[in-house]
Amino acid sequence: MGNRITLTIDGQSVSVAEGTTVHAACEQVDTFVPTLCWHENLSPANACRACVVEVKGSRTLVASCSRVAEEGMVIETSTPRVANARRVVAELLTSTTDYSTAPELLDLIEMSSADTRRFAGGASWEQPVKDDNNLYIRDLSKCILCYRCVEACGDDAQNTFAITVAGRGFDSRIDAGFGRTLPESDCVFCGNCVAVCPTGALMEKTEWTLRSENKWDDNQITTTETICSYCGVGCQLSLHVLDNQIVKVSSPMDHPVTHGMLCVKGRYGYQFVQVEDHMPV
Amino acid sequence: MGEVRRLLPQADRRSVAVSWDRVVERGFDKAYQRVLDMGSEAAIAEVTASGIMGRGGAAFPTGRKWDSVRSSPGTAKYVVMNADESELGTFKDRALLEQDPMGPLIGLLIAAHCVGARQAYCYIRGEYREVETALSQSIDILRKKGWVGGETVDVEVRRGAGAYIAGEETALFNSIEGKRPEPRVKPPFPTVKGLFGAPTLIQNVETLANIAVLFAHDVAWFRQYGTPATPGTKLVAISGHVNRPGVFEVPFGVPLQEIIDADDLAGGIAGTGHLQAVLLGGAAGTFLSSAEVAEVPLDYGPLAKHGASIGSGAVMVFDDSVDLAWVVTKLAHFFADESCGQCVPCRIGTRRVLEILRDGNTWQRESDLRELGLAMRDASICGLGQTAPMALLSMLDRPYLRRVEMKGDEHGE
Repeated sequence: MGNRITLTIDGQSVSVAEGTTVHAACEQVDTFVPTLCWHENLSPANACRACVVEVKGSRTLVASCSRVAEEGMVIETSTPRVANARRVVAELLTSTTDYSTAPELLDLIEMSSADTRRFAGGASWEQPVKDDNNLYIRDLSKCILCYRCVEACGDDAQNTFAITVAGRGFDSRIDAGFGRTLPESDCVFCGNCVAVCPTGALMEKTEWTLRSENKWDDNQITTTETICSYCGVGCQLSLHVLDNQIVKVSSPMDHPVTHGMLCVKGRYGYQFVQVEDHMPV
Repeated sequence: MGEVRRLLPQADRRSVAVSWDRVVERGFDKAYQRVLDMGSEAAIAEVTASGIMGRGGAAFPTGRKWDSVRSSPGTAKYVVMNADESELGTFKDRALLEQDPMGPLIGLLIAAHCVGARQAYCYIRGEYREVETALSQSIDILRKKGWVGGETVDVEVRRGAGAYIAGEETALFNSIEGKRPEPRVKPPFPTVKGLFGAPTLIQNVETLANIAVLFAHDVAWFRQYGTPATPGTKLVAISGHVNRPGVFEVPFGVPLQEIIDADDLAGGIAGTGHLQAVLLGGAAGTFLSSAEVAEVPLDYGPLAKHGASIGSGAVMVFDDSVDLAWVVTKLAHFFADESCGQCVPCRIGTRRVLEILRDGNTWQRESDLRELGLAMRDASICGLGQTAPMALLSMLDRPYLRRVEMKGDEHGE
């Protein structure tokens, strides 16, 4: 355990370990600061700006997800500037993106009293779903460009680097290189990008198909924990079961072996479990 | 007082710009030798005493920056000349590098020596092809003299590929590293963790030229011009409705009105002959009305009272025939094009600002524009998004600049 430092959050003195982010320090005193792009297992992308707070002495607002707390910092989490920034961030995203399957963004709209129509009516990211393989779809009209998928594909987890941001400004988008389809790209179909996507822009093909047929029902889905049977690593799997069929496989984000990340076999190679009547003799 | 010639060489120079003779004629050889003789710490103290501040726009005290890089732990350190001049209405680094490339280069070598860097980069705007050639030839001349390469400092030229955002210092590092030029979050600041993760000193071309002329003379000489708070001279790039547009070197503290009116500077208002407003600092700058221009000098303190800054030194002059809402729409178009797309306020905000202005709804949607502009200023990652709404906000703050007869007009493309 290293040194501890003391800072002030909304008038309350807080002692945290050196190296703690401002956001984590806020959590310690139960001060809720919204986030969209931040993910517990990924490097902060600083992209959404929903988590900004006011730091005394700083000209601009500060992204709390990445800013490391310093001794004597004075932080305000709900000033008029912060409230305006959060509200505008929510309004800008909702003016651009289909947020119907983005729970954190729905929460942000609620807490910031955003008027989702204020900046609507202009250019949007509405576009056809990219359905080019059997494992997952890409619905970029739901993307908020949080960079989570890029980081999971890159050196935060998979180290495959199949996707990154292409284009610039409003035309920026996640791309697998020169607009290629996923099978043509370097993608290894681990699905770790899907696991961290906060908006449903990346979704397992099975879930997407069931949703489009109106058959996906979160309340009917049960989860069974098991260990992956493919190799000796011992990844924990959560089997999501609907009508006695596995419809999705994930791994808990806090699992010490996987940190929520799996390989293509663990995440997508589950059909054999449910096809037992054709075993060769 | 009119025009001064320090950073820009006198017109009667005998030597050609890209030559060793120019180094000698300008006293830059003695300047470099003086730094080697006095040692890094004394040299940095002299930079601090001179009061030089960064000329790229942020006006950070140069000596303090050098101290910070020098004292940052790390064996590898870098020095970068930021010549990615892309701000609208700004062309002073180009003029400087065309007329006297040896000055900024010697400044770069001095900087590298003082902070302990063995590798330096000149990051130059991609469109400046001729300037890049001159710069490379100048580096070769210094290499032949043994001032570049070997046991001293190596200097490499890197060209930008056309993105405005690559001029932002941390985006520029990413570009040199071969990555997409997206700005990084600060802190950590470049002085601690910059290029390739090492402590890095990055300076504007004009700042480095100031270093060369400072050491070719001394602090007392340097402070002869300018104000006590802001010593020295500034290159301003004047465009728009003036009789003599161009780059001029003027002392800090000179009245803005004089820059526009003096015969040896911009030579008076052209067009209708009636000044409406000046956009100071480029696309990311602030509008000043004719009344403000009449009373304010070119200095950071007095300008701050008007919410303005010198920025990169761009002075765009508009006569009273111009609809400033149309100008702001053009600027919005520029920022929407040049946003890198990394953060929400800038990526989507620049687009929404453009849409609202293009639809001619500037004044009808003033409060929406204000709140959007403030969110961009407060919450964007880098200087691009933070300053993109500044000209617009400064116009909204000066409602008397509104052209009544244009009310409700279409300002579309």
